[in-house]
Amino acid sequence: MVDHTHQDIDAATGTATTGHEWDGIKELNTPLPRWWLWVFYACIVWAFGYWVVYPAIPLPGGHTKGLLNWASRDAVMQEVESLKATRAPFVGKIEQASLQDISADPKLAEFARAYGKSAFGNNCAPCHGSGGQGAVGYPNLAGDRWLWGGSLDQIAATITHGVRSGDAEGHDPAGAAGMPAWSQMGLNAQQIDQVADYVVSLIAPTKADVSAGQKIFAENCVACHGEDAKGNTDLGAPNLTSKSKWLYGSDKATVVQTIANGRAGHMPAWGAKLDTATIKSLTIYVHSLGGGQ
Amino acid sequence: MTVSAQKAPIIRKAAPEPEPSDSLYEGRKQIYPQSVSGRFRNIKWGLLIGGMLLYYFLPFVRWDRGPDQPSQAVLVDLANGRFYFFGVEIWPQEVYYITGLLILAAFTLFLMNALAGRVWCGYLCPQTVWTDLFLLIERWTQGERRERLKKAGQPWTLQTVVETALKHVLWLAIAWWTGGAWVLYFADAPTLVKQLATFQAPMEAYVWIGILTFTTYTLAGFAREQVCLYMCPWPRIQAALTDEWALNVTYRVDRGEPRGSVKKAKVLRAEGKPAGDCVDCNQCVVVCPTGVDIRNGLDMGCIQCGLCIDACDNVMSRIGRPTGLIGYDTDNNVERRAQGLAALPPKILRARTLIYIALIAGVAAIMGVSLATRNTLGIDVMHDRNPIYVALSDGSLRNGYTIRALNKHGSARDFKLTLEGLPRGQIEILGQKAEGGAVSVHVEADQTLELRVMVTTPPDAPPPASTPIKLVLTDPKTGEQTTRADFFKGP
Ligand code: SF4
Ligand code: SF4
Repeated sequence: MVDHTHQDIDAATGTATTGHEWDGIKELNTPLPRWWLWVFYACIVWAFGYWVVYPAIPLPGGHTKGLLNWASRDAVMQEVESLKATRAPFVGKIEQASLQDISADPKLAEFARAYGKSAFGNNCAPCHGSGGQGAVGYPNLAGDRWLWGGSLDQIAATITHGVRSGDAEGHDPAGAAGMPAWSQMGLNAQQIDQVADYVVSLIAPTKADVSAGQKIFAENCVACHGEDAKGNTDLGAPNLTSKSKWLYGSDKATVVQTIANGRAGHMPAWGAKLDTATIKSLTIYVHSLGGGQ
Repeated sequence: MTVSAQKAPIIRKAAPEPEPSDSLYEGRKQIYPQSVSGRFRNIKWGLLIGGMLLYYFLPFVRWDRGPDQPSQAVLVDLANGRFYFFGVEIWPQEVYYITGLLILAAFTLFLMNALAGRVWCGYLCPQTVWTDLFLLIERWTQGERRERLKKAGQPWTLQTVVETALKHVLWLAIAWWTGGAWVLYFADAPTLVKQLATFQAPMEAYVWIGILTFTTYTLAGFAREQVCLYMCPWPRIQAALTDEWALNVTYRVDRGEPRGSVKKAKVLRAEGKPAGDCVDCNQCVVVCPTGVDIRNGLDMGCIQCGLCIDACDNVMSRIGRPTGLIGYDTDNNVERRAQGLAALPPKILRARTLIYIALIAGVAAIMGVSLATRNTLGIDVMHDRNPIYVALSDGSLRNGYTIRALNKHGSARDFKLTLEGLPRGQIEILGQKAEGGAVSVHVEADQTLELRVMVTTPPDAPPPASTPIKLVLTDPKTGEQTTRADFFKGP
C-alpha cells in the first residue's frame, strides 16, 4: 500500500501521503494508533467466541449447539415464565376473590381488565370483534342488551359453559330450545307476515293496524318473549322492545326470515379451554365494555 | 484522507514540522507529565476537589418528600420509572425535561467554546479530571517526571515493584469508588452502602461497579490523552464551532522568537539584534498532559488546560522577563501581531455568543416555566373504537372511554372527573353514577389508575355525528385541573 521508496510529503500540511493519487488529489497518511489495530484484532477473536458458545454452523443433521446451549425458543419461554412470575400475585388474587370483590377493588379490576383484554383478543375477538362490537349473529357486548343476562355471574356462566355447546350446564345444551322455525310449526306465510309487522312496530311505532299480528304473538310467542315482549334471559329470548341493534337485524325482511326459519346461535364452552383466572378476567373485561346489566 | 487536523495553519512558520512517518500505524509515545504550580493549576485543583465532592457525596443529600416517598435528593428510580431531582419529580413520559437539559448542556458547551475554546476539555471533562487525579497518584508513588522516565528504562527493582503495585492499588481503589458512587444514584444511597458492605446488594450494583471500575482504571490510568486524540468526538465538533474571537492557549511567536538560551539572548540584545523571550527550556512541553508543544501553534491534541501557561510564567518570572509568553489569546490577535498591529481585547459580546446566550435563556425559560406550572395530576383518554358508539335499548346513545388518571403527588388523592361540551350528556364510571355532574376517582400516591368511563345522551336529543367534548380532572382540594379534549360520536 505504502510506497516506501518514494516517500511523498504533502507541501501544504507537511504530512506524508500514502502514495495514492486521484487526479492530483493525494491521500494524506494520518496514522492510526497501533493499539486501535489491536482492538480490531481483539474484536475478531471475540467474534470467533460466538461460534463456540452460540449455535452457529449449519450441519446436515442440524446445527452446532454452542457451549451455552442457547436457543431463542428457550429464551422466549424463559421470558414468558418470568412474566408469569410477575403476574402471579395478581393472578393468585383473582383466582381467590369473587367477581364482585374483584370489580370493587380498582387496582385488581384494572389488572383483570388488562388480562381479560388480551385473552379476549386471542379467543373472543374473531366472532365478537376486537372491542366486543359484535356482528350479525354475534352479539354486541358493549351494549345493554344481553341474551343470557349481563350480570357478572351470568357472563361468567355463559363464558364457562357456552350456548348450545353440548356442555350440560350451558344454555340450551342440546340446542332444542332455540327460536323455532314457525313455518314448520303451523304458521302460514300470511300469519308470519302479520306477526312480523307487529314485532317491527314495537320499536318503530306505526299507525297501521297490527292487531292481527299481536294476536298471533300472544298465542305463540309470549311463552318465551313475554307478554310485554321484553324477552327472558333464562331462555335466551331477546328483548323485542329494545332500540339497540338487533342480533340479526330489525328490518321487516330479516324479522320475517327469523320467524319463518328460526335462529339458534352457538358459543363454545370456554371452561374446558381457559383457566379460572382467565375466565374471571374475561368476565370483568366483558362486563366493563358496556357496564353489563 | 482528509487534511490533517493536527497541523494548525495559523502560525506554522514558527514551527519545525515533526518527522513525517510513512507507517500506517503509530506506536504510543508514553507521556510523563511533570508537575507544575501556578494560577491555572490552582483553578484545576479547585475544580477537581469541587467536582469530586459533588459526584461522591450528592447521593447522600436528603430531601423530604413525605412518608413512603424516597428521601434522596437526586435519584433515578428505574424500577418505578421515576427521576427525582430535589423538588422535581419526572415521569417517563416527561422525558422532554431531560431533552431540555441536554439541549441546555450543548448550548452551554458551545458558549464556553466561543468564549474560551476547550475550557470543557481542560478543566471540567471527567476524562481530564480523573486523569489528573491518577497522575497525582502516579507522581506520589513513582516520583516526578525525571524519576519516572529514569525508572521506565531500567530493570525492575524491589522499590519500583512496590511503587508500581501501590500505584495500581490506589488507582483501583479510586476506580472502584467511582463505580460505587455511580450506583448510589440509582437506589437509596445509605441502604445500598449497607447492602454493599454486607454483600447483599443486587447483582446489577456489583456489575455496574465492576464496569465503571474497569473503565475508570483503563481510561484514566492508561488511555489518558488517547481518549482525547482518537476516541472523543468533542475536539472534532469544537474545531468546527470555534472562531477567530475565541480565547485559546497560545504562544506569542512575536515575543518568543527567535528562541535561545538566556545567555545567547543577552549577547544578541547587547548587539542590538532581536532576541526572543523563549529560552527553549521545554518546560511548557514537559508539563503538558497530552505531550503537545504549544509553540508549534494551535494543536488538536491541546486540551487547553493552561498548565503550559503556568510553566512558562514560572520561567519568565525567574529570568526576569514579563509573563504571558504563553497565554489565552485569540486567533485574531495572532494575525494582528504577525502584522505588527496592537492586540485587541477579546470581544465577549458578539453575534455568536449573543445567539448562544439567547438560546440558553430561551430554553431555560421554557423549562423553568413548564416545571413551575407542571401539573401533579394528569389524564389520558382513549375513545372506544369498536364500537364507536352504542345505541341502547331505550334509544339513548352511549360512548365508552378508557381513561388513565395520573397522580404525580406524594399522597393519595380524590379527584373529580367532569364532562364539558355536552349539556345533556351523563358521565359515569363503571359502578358509579355521577353526583352533581362529577364522578370521583381515587388514585393512590404517585400512581396511575385506569378506568372505564361511559357518556350517555338521552333518546330524545340525539347529538350530531361528532361533538367535541372535554374531560376535566380536578383536585377539589387545590383546584388544580387538567383537561383532555375528545369527541362524542353518534350515527
Ligand atoms: S477531548 Fe474529549 S475526552 Fe478529552 S478532555 Fe476534551 S471532551 Fe474530554
Ligand atoms: S499545550 Fe498547554 S494548554 Fe495545551 S494541553 Fe498542553 S499544557 Fe495544556
